[in-house]
Amino acid sequence: MVFDADEGLEEAPRPTRDPAQFATLAQDLAGAGNQVTFFLVQNGVLASRKGAKADALRSLTGTRGMTVLADEFSLRERGIWRDKLADGVETAGIDQLVDLLITDGCKAVWH
Amino acid sequence: MASGKTLTISVMDPPYESATTTTVLRVMDAALRKGHNVNVFAYEGAVALPLRTQVPHPNPIKGTTAEEQHHPITSAFISALFEAAAASGAKLDWVNCGMCVDERGATEWVDGVRRGGPGDFAKFAQESTNTVVIGTR
Repeated sequence: MVFDADEGLEEAPRPTRDPAQFATLAQDLAGAGNQVTFFLVQNGVLASRKGAKADALRSLTGTRGMTVLADEFSLRERGIWRDKLADGVETAGIDQLVDLLITDGCKAVWH
Repeated sequence: MASGKTLTISVMDPPYESATTTTVLRVMDAALRKGHNVNVFAYEGAVALPLRTQVPHPNPIKGTTAEEQHHPITSAFISALFEAAAASGAKLDWVNCGMCVDERGATEWVDGVRRGGPGDFAKFAQESTNTVVIGTR
């Protein structure tokens, strides 16, 4: 379980390269055989829009063992509706997030 | 119904400065309502989240009263978390970092919050189903 709350997954504006590196970390974890959930929250959901210049996120949605979720509340706050999401991104509520967090063996990393 | 599982969260964001505060409080609330125990280690600015001296304010520019503004107060949210825990049979253990508290003079908290230190966080992490560390920027 990795969280991204940073708008930097989108290519512009991009204050740092950290989010892209964080996506690479998630991809590496999945590549090593782990089940990974990449949970976008707060400004992190901006990258989930169709047409967003977010190559790092696009690479995640096609990765085996990777689930990309966007927080419904954060989407609503920013006026992003479900039909505007990029392929491969699913929406999730806070209850679903807690269910994932409380799963035995889950390790969570916040960015 | 208590689940017997425990989620530990460390947070350092102060009130009213980051969307992270909202996210963290949402996660805590959902976990408690599901019957999971929640441990919180608040350090740096986050020790101000449960300050009982917070008060809602009016908006003199708009001419609205404090009641009309209905301004959110994080300490009220935290009191509500303790109520949610009591209702579900779960436990909320909120520890405010003592050194962070002393630095800020942030000593008056809503009921349920206690003073502690990094040792509490280490113990929390050892005893929890999962631990989430939320840094600030």
